[in-house]
Amino acid sequence: MARKLLLEHINVPGINTFDVYREKGGYRAVEKALKTLSPDEVVEEVKKSGLRGRGGAGFPTGMKWSFLAKPEGVPRYLVCNADESEPGTFKDRFLMTHIPHALIEGMIVSSYALGANTSYIYVRGEMMPQIRILERAIAEAKSAGFLGQNILGTGYNLELYVQPGGGAYICGEETALLESLEGKRGNPRIKPPFPAIAGLYGCPTVVNNVESIAATVPIINDGGEEYAKIGIGRSTGTKLISASGNLVRPGVYEIELGLSVEEFIYSDEYCGGIANGKRLKATVAGGSSVPILPANLTLKLASGEPRLMSYESLSEGGFATGTMLGSGGFIAFDEDQCIVRNTWNFARFYHHESCGQCSPCREGTGWMEKVLHRIEYGHGKMSDIDLLVDVSRKIEGNTICPLGDAAAWPVASAIRHFRDEFEWHVKEPVKCLDTNYGLANYAEPIAKAEVTTGN
Amino acid sequence: MSDKVKVTIDGITVEVAPGTTILNAARQIGGDIVPPAMCYYSKLQGSGGKCRTCIVKVSKGSEKDPRPMPKLVASCRTTVMDGMEVLNITSPEVIEARNGVVEILLINHPLDCPVCDQAGECDLQNLGYEHGLQKTRYEFERRTFERIDIGDKIQLHMNRCILCYRCVFTADQITNKRVHGILNRGDHSEISTYIHTAIDNDFSGNVIDVCPVGALTDKTFRFKNRVWFTKPIDAHRDCPTCSGKVTLWYKGEDVLRVTARKDIYGEVEEFICNTCRFDKKKTSDWVIEHPTHISDASVISSNHYETLKPLPVIQNNPVLQEANRKELEKTVKF
Amino acid sequence: MLRVEEQQPVEFSSALIARFDEIVKRYPEGKQKSALLPVLHETQAELGWLSTSAMDKVAEYLDILPIEVYEVASFYTMYFLKPQGKYVLEVCRTGPCCLVGAERIMKHIEDRLGVKEGEVTEDGLFSWRGVECLAACGYGPVLQIGPEYTFYENLNEQSVDQLIEDLRRK
Repeated sequence: MARKLLLEHINVPGINTFDVYREKGGYRAVEKALKTLSPDEVVEEVKKSGLRGRGGAGFPTGMKWSFLAKPEGVPRYLVCNADESEPGTFKDRFLMTHIPHALIEGMIVSSYALGANTSYIYVRGEMMPQIRILERAIAEAKSAGFLGQNILGTGYNLELYVQPGGGAYICGEETALLESLEGKRGNPRIKPPFPAIAGLYGCPTVVNNVESIAATVPIINDGGEEYAKIGIGRSTGTKLISASGNLVRPGVYEIELGLSVEEFIYSDEYCGGIANGKRLKATVAGGSSVPILPANLTLKLASGEPRLMSYESLSEGGFATGTMLGSGGFIAFDEDQCIVRNTWNFARFYHHESCGQCSPCREGTGWMEKVLHRIEYGHGKMSDIDLLVDVSRKIEGNTICPLGDAAAWPVASAIRHFRDEFEWHVKEPVKCLDTNYGLANYAEPIAKAEVTTGN
Repeated sequence: MSDKVKVTIDGITVEVAPGTTILNAARQIGGDIVPPAMCYYSKLQGSGGKCRTCIVKVSKGSEKDPRPMPKLVASCRTTVMDGMEVLNITSPEVIEARNGVVEILLINHPLDCPVCDQAGECDLQNLGYEHGLQKTRYEFERRTFERIDIGDKIQLHMNRCILCYRCVFTADQITNKRVHGILNRGDHSEISTYIHTAIDNDFSGNVIDVCPVGALTDKTFRFKNRVWFTKPIDAHRDCPTCSGKVTLWYKGEDVLRVTARKDIYGEVEEFICNTCRFDKKKTSDWVIEHPTHISDASVISSNHYETLKPLPVIQNNPVLQEANRKELEKTVKF
Repeated sequence: MLRVEEQQPVEFSSALIARFDEIVKRYPEGKQKSALLPVLHETQAELGWLSTSAMDKVAEYLDILPIEVYEVASFYTMYFLKPQGKYVLEVCRTGPCCLVGAERIMKHIEDRLGVKEGEVTEDGLFSWRGVECLAACGYGPVLQIGPEYTFYENLNEQSVDQLIEDLRRK
């Protein structure tokens, strides 16, 4: 049984209340940090832990914190990014629903480390029930003296507020989130300046994912060095993986980074294999933005070594044969799923969510969606496939924020690995409407691998 | 000169004040190495970064940190560092990416230049001419909007808009109360007032001048004449509201329209008021100065071209000579 | 573009204004514009949708320009700029939910309610639409119903029928 840091007490009845959470050792990290550590020492522990941002980019959290500017007389802000909207990712919803105090506790510790006296949790508006849960949890923590003025008699003050979003994926991008928090349209800002210099209301600001903030609790409790012992290489600690798609047991799992992908998919401790006794066709390992991989490349590296659930192993081989850990949204496709249809679906998502500020993303995402729609519904041309690759290249890297890349990668990777399926859609315009291409001989550059059967 | 930083663009080195953007450094050099800018406007705070036509390659970050930047950057919003080296027209990668941006800007553009008042002085038309494909690869219906009047003098033709946001910044920064803005999201975004209200402000007419395309046009000039048949003349008047420094656009004896004076990058020098723009259309209203300086690349003729010779920097640089071959041949011909 | 005559004047209840006052306190002095998103949510929960005159009132309350409210309200998908049914069934239509049958569920809702996406049923009770990822991919297909955004997970035809039946009776 792997170690659980965030979800250790998830099955304890009433763990969503302050009293039970406290009984199970909750808020020890606040006591330890505020009473025995200086803010810089907290930052140092987080640095030592090697914790990397859990929202998708994987940037070391401690390093991000140390970039925060600290001019005299200017307030600093910590904003928690709970605008979870990456298709395939639902870990933050799970955490906030079932163990909201883990996030509140992490917010207090992190705000203390950064010297913030007002912090916001920006939750996507659709999660209204979670907003209510958090508001109740904040009220509980406040009446227990863990929030407000002079916390635990240490002289540290912190007010914590929940801010609802309005329904926009782009607000998961940190500067768009800050714009939205300022009551504006969620248009990402042009960087530099980075939020660490000029963020919310032009003040130095750190924006962190829910899971990153919650992870500071075990880091402070056990020490950064202990945390860094878990995991593999530069992928330290545990990670929440949201598993969805055609799996026997989809859901949120806490894994130690370094677990093999095969074990994650097939072992009974985790997803329990592919649903309905079917075979695995492909996976999207880190949320819809990351490149899709065919089954054989999901389970094994190009070298034949097993692929592991870690930042490094998942990106091994670059985009030619690898993908990314991203936000940990693990989507599994069984043999009856149509890659063209799914690619079109994702393209529609990015088209719908593009903020429209910069031209390559605004116009290019719609163009890709239309071409993919045409292929999916049997009106495509052979030249459309290269056109898609070309348009995706024109978007990638040429936009203000990473949404352009996120829109381009799924399309480019689907064509890279499943080109024959796209071609089949063009060649069989009638048949493709009611028949699926199946497993077939995709998966270059490894020769067709042994087909893994679900067990 | 210790407080200046050195930047090299396409092999030409220039010293500029710290905090200058790559684009403005390039403008200090001048000539063909200046990246095109569709959304950036030096007089409007916060503008730029959106259209992506001004992208360049930073092949050396700075003297201290010589690593190249991983992606192409928007030159209008990237500040120079000491020792930075930038590639614009000498980088095939930049040219290809810029061609891509132009193609993308045009896929939903109506291409109605024959009936567009902006034709002949349109930044997008010029950009399409220089960087566009001969044939569109976009085979879907183009996005359309209803044409609307915002006020009795200004028409908004949203189909042509490239969402540069300049008119929004103008309304925010030049007028006292903005009533139009960007509505909706993604490729449904549109400039609108949402409810049917007119923009009523002494300086509202400036949105026409800052618009890089034919989305916002002067209704008093609508379909009066093609701009290349008109002769621009600089003039001024004693105006209580604005500087009164304008360009009059003549056809024969008649002033067909009045605009602010624009510099070689198409930016207005000083914003003018609506009275000067819309109501003073008689020669007797104005003190005439001289014919407006017009670049020889323009289709607009003021009968006295002034910049036939390429800049000295180009004459000394073989790479730039090659890039400017056409221009140089023209010089020889003349 | 709306015509001015479409506006009908609205009044905000004192309870609603009291909630606004609570929200504005969360932000530093002079940053009351930050309250715009939550204030619009509260307004919509009370009125069902955001009419121009409601948005103008919000602008007045927050001391910002009306266009700033229109810009924001039209950017985010949760704000309704047109009247909706009493219950808006919002079904997730993104990839992971489609892998487990979201498209079938949407078709079923369309047949069941007899209205197309975005339309309101004759009795004014229901409208439905497909929305992008609701971050519940592991429990798909899912739908949510405002204003409290209650979640319904692991949907199938029977549970959708039951849900519609329950709402009708409410």
